[in-house]
Amino acid sequence: MPEKIGVYIDESCLGPVLQAGALAEFVKGRFGKEVSVVRSHPRLNTPDGQKLIQADIDAGDVDAVCICSTSPRYDSDIFTFTGNVLVDRVNFREFIAKGYKNPDGSVLKTGDALPEELKLMAEDYLKMGILKLTKMDHPAPEIPDGTKTILVLGGGWTGLNAALSAATAGFDVVLVEKDAQLGGKALNLYKSFPLSAPWTDTEDTGIEKLVQAVQANAKITVKLGKTLEKLDGAPGMYIATIGGEDVAVGSVVLATGWDPISTKYLEPLGYGKIKNVVTSAEFEKLAKQGLGAKRVAFIADVAVCVEAGLKEEAAKAEAELAAAEAAKDAPKEEGEEKVFVFKDLESCKHLCYSSELNSLAALKQAGYVADAGGMGLIFYDHMMVPGINERYYKAAQDKPGVMLTKGTISGIREEGGGLVLLAQDTLLGESIEVAVDMVVLPTGIVPTTAHGPVMNFTYRQGPAFPELELFNGFADSNYICFPYETRRTGVYAAGCVRQPMTMATARDDAQGAVLKAIQCISSLNRGMAVHPRSGDKSYPKFNFVRCTQCKRCTEECPFGALDDDPKGTPMPNPTRCRRCGTCMGACPERVISFDNYNVDMIGTMVKCIEVPPKIDQGGPRAIILACENDAYPALDMAAMRGTRWSPYVRIIPVRCLGSVNTIWIADAMSKGTDGVLLLGCKYGEDYQCHFVKGSELCNRRMVNVADSLKRLGVEPERVVQQQVAIDDYAEAPRIIDEFMDYILKLGPNPFKGY
Amino acid sequence: MANTSILVVGGGFSGLTAALEAAEVGHEVFIVEKNPFLGGRVAQLNKYFPKLCPPSCGLEIQFQRVKNNPMVKVLTMAEVTEISGTPGNYEVKVALKPRCVKPGAADLSADAAALSKDVPSEFELGMGSRKALYLDMPFAFPHRYVLDKENLTEAETKTLARNGAIDLSETEKTLTLNVGSIVYATGWKPYDVTKLTNLGAGMVPNVVSNMQFERLTSPGGPTSGKIVRPTDGATPKRIAFVQCAGSRDENHLNFCSYICCMASLKQAAYIREQLPDASVTIYYIDLRTPGRYDNFKKRIMADEKVRAVKGKVAKIEAAGPGVKVTVEDAVTGLKGEDLFDLVVLATGMQPSLAGQKLPRGLEVDEDGFLVGGEDKGIFAAGCAKLPLDVMKSAQSATGAALKAIQTVKGR
Repeated sequence: MPEKIGVYIDESCLGPVLQAGALAEFVKGRFGKEVSVVRSHPRLNTPDGQKLIQADIDAGDVDAVCICSTSPRYDSDIFTFTGNVLVDRVNFREFIAKGYKNPDGSVLKTGDALPEELKLMAEDYLKMGILKLTKMDHPAPEIPDGTKTILVLGGGWTGLNAALSAATAGFDVVLVEKDAQLGGKALNLYKSFPLSAPWTDTEDTGIEKLVQAVQANAKITVKLGKTLEKLDGAPGMYIATIGGEDVAVGSVVLATGWDPISTKYLEPLGYGKIKNVVTSAEFEKLAKQGLGAKRVAFIADVAVCVEAGLKEEAAKAEAELAAAEAAKDAPKEEGEEKVFVFKDLESCKHLCYSSELNSLAALKQAGYVADAGGMGLIFYDHMMVPGINERYYKAAQDKPGVMLTKGTISGIREEGGGLVLLAQDTLLGESIEVAVDMVVLPTGIVPTTAHGPVMNFTYRQGPAFPELELFNGFADSNYICFPYETRRTGVYAAGCVRQPMTMATARDDAQGAVLKAIQCISSLNRGMAVHPRSGDKSYPKFNFVRCTQCKRCTEECPFGALDDDPKGTPMPNPTRCRRCGTCMGACPERVISFDNYNVDMIGTMVKCIEVPPKIDQGGPRAIILACENDAYPALDMAAMRGTRWSPYVRIIPVRCLGSVNTIWIADAMSKGTDGVLLLGCKYGEDYQCHFVKGSELCNRRMVNVADSLKRLGVEPERVVQQQVAIDDYAEAPRIIDEFMDYILKLGPNPFKGY
Repeated sequence: MANTSILVVGGGFSGLTAALEAAEVGHEVFIVEKNPFLGGRVAQLNKYFPKLCPPSCGLEIQFQRVKNNPMVKVLTMAEVTEISGTPGNYEVKVALKPRCVKPGAADLSADAAALSKDVPSEFELGMGSRKALYLDMPFAFPHRYVLDKENLTEAETKTLARNGAIDLSETEKTLTLNVGSIVYATGWKPYDVTKLTNLGAGMVPNVVSNMQFERLTSPGGPTSGKIVRPTDGATPKRIAFVQCAGSRDENHLNFCSYICCMASLKQAAYIREQLPDASVTIYYIDLRTPGRYDNFKKRIMADEKVRAVKGKVAKIEAAGPGVKVTVEDAVTGLKGEDLFDLVVLATGMQPSLAGQKLPRGLEVDEDGFLVGGEDKGIFAAGCAKLPLDVMKSAQSATGAALKAIQTVKGR
């Protein structure tokens, strides 16, 4: 804990009325013990300002620096110092100088007298900044001696590429393949659609060469005919059980690929009933052996199948719902442990999600027929060849022997040894009948993670990735910007288990996932967190003496970082942790803390805020706990765009709303604070929370907050959570002002003045 | 001793991703960005498809990662002029334009507002203006103004010369970087609409490009996100989207630009959210919504006020304050006309390197996409290589970062 705090006030960030001298006097008067140096400077974020602070550090006068200047989102490059000092920032410019308006809405100008509201606001922020530092310590990371071996699951195209990439980067690799040979589905392919520029030609897959390269690589250990039975431990120190054998691995690339959709979904197009109606996979094998058929229809339109499939799935869902309703009334045994049940996620929708690959496969396979002197007829709804593969499509169109028809298929019948395809030609608006020798149906890419847990984590939260129904079973990321982030640190998915993708894309994808797997190992060996708090050296510490084994932290951690022992005591796994603080927010006994972020710290900040004894003498007070990732920057920008908000609120940034401990709210309320506003990210299906669940969990905990406030005798309505996106800079100040109007209507907190 | 540093050319989403992913493994990385700010194309977007979440959210994470990582060095207003050497040992010459504003996020908004000249803003794509002293957007990173001296009056120059945050004496500089491998993430530019003569060549009022429409709907844009007709500020009731404006056309872009179908569906969602009475018509050849984007297409198309018409737009012309669109309906085969208040051209993406003079050793195909170079330790990432969306660009850039690392490792 720092003992000599230096407070530095930036005169350019005070606005027209505040005076650095008066603020300095306030600090000296109030924090004579904690603060050793108070200085002001015309503009701190300059080399000169930096030097001023560095000189005090070098002289040994300060061991912590409180910079009262711009938003902490800026100038961190300038406010970097040599020497072992803690640095924290008070956002004077955005939150005070630019965010302040008088209670009547007017704006201060040079020469105005210092309003009491502004004085109190500046003092509150100063107090919070200094007290925060008194509760802060340098994070001392636990640095494990992690193993650097990368486990690659799946020996198909993606897995082989991943294994080779990781080995080339210098890492040992264990490659696990469930079949007796390497190569996966690519072995059955006659050719691939384009793998490289100029993106116009069907190419050899090169799978045999790839398999040979992997087999010849001394850094790669191949385990054939085996699966991952168990993944125990945490990144850097996993024990993977593979075919009964335990292997130490550091991180995992998941490349277990896909299964073709059940052919039952293809029955509406005659599959299984009509001879010579085959799937594209079956046709590929035929093509490899040499084609006999002369006129082949390729169907890229799946409307009929999807329509039938959706009906069936709706009926099934209804029946399940009814069964669940009936089971609800059945008596439950006391203390019954929840048993993990895997819900299969295969759906006819997987046909729709595979549109790109089906379009490309139709073009490729029609090309086979054309090249063999026959006629390949493609029926499509939307030719789904986005991007560069348009060139491949163009090349196919130019091929004599390939015919494209935009149409929907209504049926297939056998006639005179051949087949007749019934279609509605969308362009000509007429029904057509086409005689062919064979009909090739599309397939659906169903990720292996839709069919089983695959990873078989021994985590308390279960063996599978959580909530994959959001991604239709794909082990995908919910981030658009960060495609490799799964809910399980250290495991990075690539290829068709993540999304339906071409072989060219999967090859790149394998490399991306390998880099993330390397990065995970590299970060944990430096004691650092991975995305989204990459580089963070803090991690949650547990004071087990006071733990009551309530299991809330283990249940709520969005990343499944915490296991528990048979008694229910949490067992932390720092290398699984993303440092969001959700566990800290969940803990009713407040036993979880970070060196630089803890319950005591925020609680002390909350409690130091001056609450006037009466609303009509000094106004109401509210605390805003703002998500530092989105809500806080939104307020920064609102201020810089000239929008201001009520002078009665004090904003405290939190790592994530998930880290908000309800004691802070209770503390605020028992001090007479009139309201608490929680500003966090959108939750629900398209959640924007950086830590996936934080804002949602915070909202769920509101029930507990309401209960404890009622016990205190405070109206629970005084606590409100609002969703704010980072670009809601126009709305955020309005939300604050509306909240304060609402609080004024509620009237003063009954505890006020006690 | 071989060099383990990596150069990333381009500070858009792909470049940022490649740079950060490599830096977080411990490599020194230089980002060379020609604009004054990082973020590239995504910084101009209002929302991403299919989540309709703000791009600034992901950019904020990236910028935080840059700020927190001393291994990442950012050079803005910088361009690579020359590359020499071999894999593991490249010498790269970089030309730096003067910013004329000193480091530190000084608030120069009042100084900027006092300037007389309104300059068309490059960032707003002609939809808005800026001052000679400016930040592109509220988020701009580095959060440091840039001064273009040419647009100052003499008196203003004198006033600014006295400002401690400003350095008028700054001049163009050249810098030499020594790196082991190079990632090219130079991205794309919207296809030049003036070449699309049948679509009005950018001359018909109230016809905007999809990127301009992003600015028009963005909370930081010229209308603070209010969807209005540019000429008179009226609220548009009938809006058309013209797909493949330049894309899938041998005379223009000989490829599909990947994002435009999803972008138009997304923009239809903006319109329907903000203007409950407005109707949207999308003229398309194929609606390309690969993978799970199918869910998004179905969601948007379930709105009865959003209509998709398979047809090629033959002509766009002014009709009073509105726009007349002549379409050959591919289904009925009939040529028809329709009137709209606002037309959005789903203009395609052209690689930024198309038509550019390139440093020796770089090779592009006839459309301007980078080809080859991998054996030289030069890797293309994102839309410099292929037309991609943001998610796939991040994927491509992460893969490129690994290749760059493999090149410099163990040499």
